[in-house]
Amino acid sequence: MAEPAEKTPLESIPLAEPATALPVADAGIEAGVQALTPRTIADTVRRVLGAETGARLKAYLSTCTHCGLCAQACHFYLSNAHDPSYAPIGKIKHTLWELLKRKGQVSPEFIRQASLIAYTQCNMCRRCAIYCPLGIDVAYMISVVRRICRALGVTPLYLQDTVNSHSATHNQMWVKADEWVDTLQWQEEDARDEIPELRIPLEKEGADIMYSIIAPEPKFQAGLIYKAAVIMHVAGVDWTMPARPGWDNSDMAMYSGDYDIMGRIKRFHFDTAARLRVKKIVMGECGHAFRSVYDTGNRWLGWRMPPIETQHAIDFYYDLLTSGRIKVARKYEEPVTLHDPCNIVRGYGLHEKARYVVNALCEHFVEMTPNREYNYCCGAGGGVINCGPPYKQTRMRGNSVKARQLEATGVKVLIAPCHNCHSGLEDISQHYHLGLEVKFLADIMYEVMEK
Amino acid sequence: MSPCDSWDWETEEKRIPFSRWQTQYQWVESPCVAPDGESIAAVVRLTEAGFGVRVNDRLWTQMFEKAWHLGFAPDGRLVAIVSDGETWTVAVDSRLWEHRFDYIWRPLFCPQGSHMAFAFQQDRQYGMILDDHPWPNTFANISAMNLSPDGLHTSASVQVKHLPAGDIFAFAQGAFSAAADGQAWPATFMNVWRGCFSPDGAHLAAEVRLSPDEYTIAVDGEQWPHTFTAVWEPRFHPHGGSVTAPVRLDGCWTLARDGRIEWRRNFVQCWQHQYSPNGEHIAAIVCPEYGRWTVALDGKPWRLRVGDMITDLSFSADGRHVAAAVKNKNTWSIAVDDLCWHHRFDRVWPPVFSPDGWHVAIKAEKEGRFALVVDDVVTPVSGEVMWSPCFSPNAEKLLVPLIRDGSFVRRIVSMGEVLG
Ligand code: SF4
Ligand code: SF4
Repeated sequence: MAEPAEKTPLESIPLAEPATALPVADAGIEAGVQALTPRTIADTVRRVLGAETGARLKAYLSTCTHCGLCAQACHFYLSNAHDPSYAPIGKIKHTLWELLKRKGQVSPEFIRQASLIAYTQCNMCRRCAIYCPLGIDVAYMISVVRRICRALGVTPLYLQDTVNSHSATHNQMWVKADEWVDTLQWQEEDARDEIPELRIPLEKEGADIMYSIIAPEPKFQAGLIYKAAVIMHVAGVDWTMPARPGWDNSDMAMYSGDYDIMGRIKRFHFDTAARLRVKKIVMGECGHAFRSVYDTGNRWLGWRMPPIETQHAIDFYYDLLTSGRIKVARKYEEPVTLHDPCNIVRGYGLHEKARYVVNALCEHFVEMTPNREYNYCCGAGGGVINCGPPYKQTRMRGNSVKARQLEATGVKVLIAPCHNCHSGLEDISQHYHLGLEVKFLADIMYEVMEK
Repeated sequence: MSPCDSWDWETEEKRIPFSRWQTQYQWVESPCVAPDGESIAAVVRLTEAGFGVRVNDRLWTQMFEKAWHLGFAPDGRLVAIVSDGETWTVAVDSRLWEHRFDYIWRPLFCPQGSHMAFAFQQDRQYGMILDDHPWPNTFANISAMNLSPDGLHTSASVQVKHLPAGDIFAFAQGAFSAAADGQAWPATFMNVWRGCFSPDGAHLAAEVRLSPDEYTIAVDGEQWPHTFTAVWEPRFHPHGGSVTAPVRLDGCWTLARDGRIEWRRNFVQCWQHQYSPNGEHIAAIVCPEYGRWTVALDGKPWRLRVGDMITDLSFSADGRHVAAAVKNKNTWSIAVDDLCWHHRFDRVWPPVFSPDGWHVAIKAEKEGRFALVVDDVVTPVSGEVMWSPCFSPNAEKLLVPLIRDGSFVRRIVSMGEVLG
C-alpha cells in the first residue's frame, strides 16, 4: 500500500535535470565488454535464465501490467526529475525484458548499459515492491540482470575487487588473518584502560554468542569493536569473536551476482559459529550482511532459514535494554533522527524495535518522513557504493530526494544502524552540505549507558 | 597401544579446587583440560600488563605481555602463543621456542599430538612453522593452513604473485598457489582454498578456482581433467591414493573421484564428506530436498530429515556406524545410523564412539547445565562446565572432566553405572 502524499520538497536542494547515465570510466566494465561476443552473450543469457530462474520470474513478468505505479517509489526516479528511464519498470524494460524478448541476442554495448543500470542505478532496496499493487519485486529482477552481467564478466571494478577479497581472504577488505586478531587484541588492550577487566574473548568455544562484523570495522573503524566490547562486558554477555575466517558477515558477492562465492563465505560464517558451538550469532550494525545471512546466502546453500539463530544489532540492543542489562545513565540530549535501513526494515521489520532503542537512548527523536518501510533508500546499499568513486555523482544525483528528506527534519544527528547506509548518508550530507553527524546506535549507547 | 591405556581408569574421582583461582587473579580465562583429565590450565592475569599460565597448583615461571590459544596437545603438552610485547613465540610446557615472529596464530596438532604447527608473519611475509622449524620460503599472504596426519608436513594456500591494490586483472591471471613445507606448486590459480594431505603426507590436494565459474581440485599442482561450478574440500582415500570431493554441476551437488562423478545421486547440497577408517565407506552431510538435511552413506541418503543443520559427522573405528549432531526446530540431538535420539538439548558436542563402535557418548547442554549423555540416556554426571567424554580402551568406562561446585573433577564412570 502506498503511503499518503509526501511533503513538498524543499527548494534548497534542486532536483537533477533529466539525464541518462552520467559518463563513467570503469575499467572492469570496459574490459568485460571488450571480451564479449554475440555468441557468449546469447549462451550466457540462455544458461542463467534457463537454469537459475523459474516460477518467480515468470510470475513477475506475466503479471506486470506496466502501470508504472512503482515509479513514485524509486529515489532515482524521484531525484532525477521523474526521468522514466530511472523508474523501476523502466530499468527492467531496458534490461531483462529486452534480454528475454531478443533471447539474449543483444550487443556488447547493450550489456554495458544493462550492467550500469543493474549495478549503479538500482540499490535493490525493494521500496518499489511495496508500491506495486501486485507486489512485484523489481530488485529480484535486477539481481537476475546482475547475475547475467557477472557471468559475462561485466562487473564494476571496485565491486569486483571486494568480491575478489571475499574469495581470497573470506573478508571484504583484504584484511589478513594476523591483522584481524591483532586488531582485536589491540582493541581489548585499549578498552582495558577504561574497564580493566574487559575482555574480547577469542575463539571461546561454547560461548552463548558469536559476534560477527563486517571487514571495514577492523580496517577503518576499530573503535566500533571497542564499543561493542564495552556493551558486551557491561551487559554481562558470554560472547566470543572468531580468530579464524568466518568473522566477516558481509557479502559483496551477493550484490555482484557471484553466488558460488556468496555461498562459500556464508558457509564459513555458519561453520565458524557451529565450530564455536554458540547459541546464536549477533551481527553488528550492517543491513546488507543481514540480508545475506538471513535471506540470500543461507538459501543459496540449501537452508530455508539461518541454521543458527542470527540477530541484528538493533534486535540485540532491544533485548539488552528491555531486560535491563544495559541501563541508560543519561539520555543523549541533542535531537536525533533515524534512517531505516532497507535490508533490515523492509527486509526484516526491525523498525519498531529500532524506535524503542532510539527512544530509550535519546531525549529527543524526530522522525524523518517518509519512514519505517516507506523510508527512502540511502542509495549506498545494494552494492552501489561498493562500485566506487566512478559512480559517486550518479549516486548523489539519485539521492537529492533523500537529502531533502534529511534536511526537512531540521536535525543534525542522524542515526544509521547500517554500515553502507552510514557511508552513503555521510556522502549525501557532504554533497548537499547538510552538516549531519552520522552515528551508529552503538556510538550513542556507548556514550549514554551506565558503565 | 593407545596412549589412554596408561591413564588412571580406576580412581573414580579426583578433584582440584578451581574457584579459588578466580579470587587469586584479576581474571582467569576459559580453562582447558589435558586429554588424560589430570590437569586443568588457564591463562591468568598476574599484573596490570602481565599474564601467566596456571596448571593445577603450579604457575609457569614466565610472565607474558600477551598469551592466547592456550590448549593441550593430544599428547598432553600444554601449548600457548605468547608475546613479550615485541615478538611472538610458542610456549610448550613453559619452554619457549627459539624462533620469534611479528605474529603467530592458528595452532595445528597431528592426531597423536607429537607434532605441532602454526602460521607466522614476519616483516609482512607469511609462512608456517613446524616444531620450531620455519618454512624456508615466505609469501605475501597465507590461509587454509593444514598439517599432515603424520604431523611431518605443513601446507597452506599462499599468494605467490604481487597483487596491486584493486588490480582485478592481475587477480584474474592467478596469483595464488598451494605450498607444502614452504614449496609452492609451479601452477597458479585464481583462488586456492582448503587442502588436505594424503595419509603418508606425500601428496597434497586442494580446492582451486581457475576462472570465475570454473572450480576443480588440484593434486600436487595438477588439476583434475574436469571443472565444476563449485567444489568443496577434498579428501584422500585412506589407503588407495585417489581423491574425492563434493562438486557442483548443473546446479546440483554430488561426489566426484579424481575428477569423475562417483555418486549417481544429486543433492541441493553435499559437504563434509568423510571416509570410514578402512576406506570402504564415505559419508557426507547432504540436503536432498531444499531446506531438509540428512546424511548420505555411499551416496544413499538416510531417511531421517532435519530442518536446521547437521554437523560433526563421524565414523566408528570399525567403519560400521555413523553418528552426527542434528539440529531441528532449534533443538539439538544425535543421530546414529539413521536413528535420531529421543532426547533434545539446547546444545550438543561432537559424538564420541566407543572403541568397539557400540556406544556413543556426548557432552550436552540443557538449561544451562552440562550432562554426560550415553546412548540417549541422560546420566546424572553433570556440571557447570564439562569437556567431551573419552572412552577407556575396553569401552567399559568413560573419563568425564567437569567443573562442579567450584572444583575441577576428573570423573571415571563405568558404563554399568550410566546405563544401568
Ligand atoms: S529496488 Fe529501489 S532502487 Fe531499485 S528500482 Fe526499486 S525503488 Fe528503485
Ligand atoms: S512492477 Fe508493479 S507497479 Fe511497476 S509497472 Fe509492473 S505492475 Fe505496475
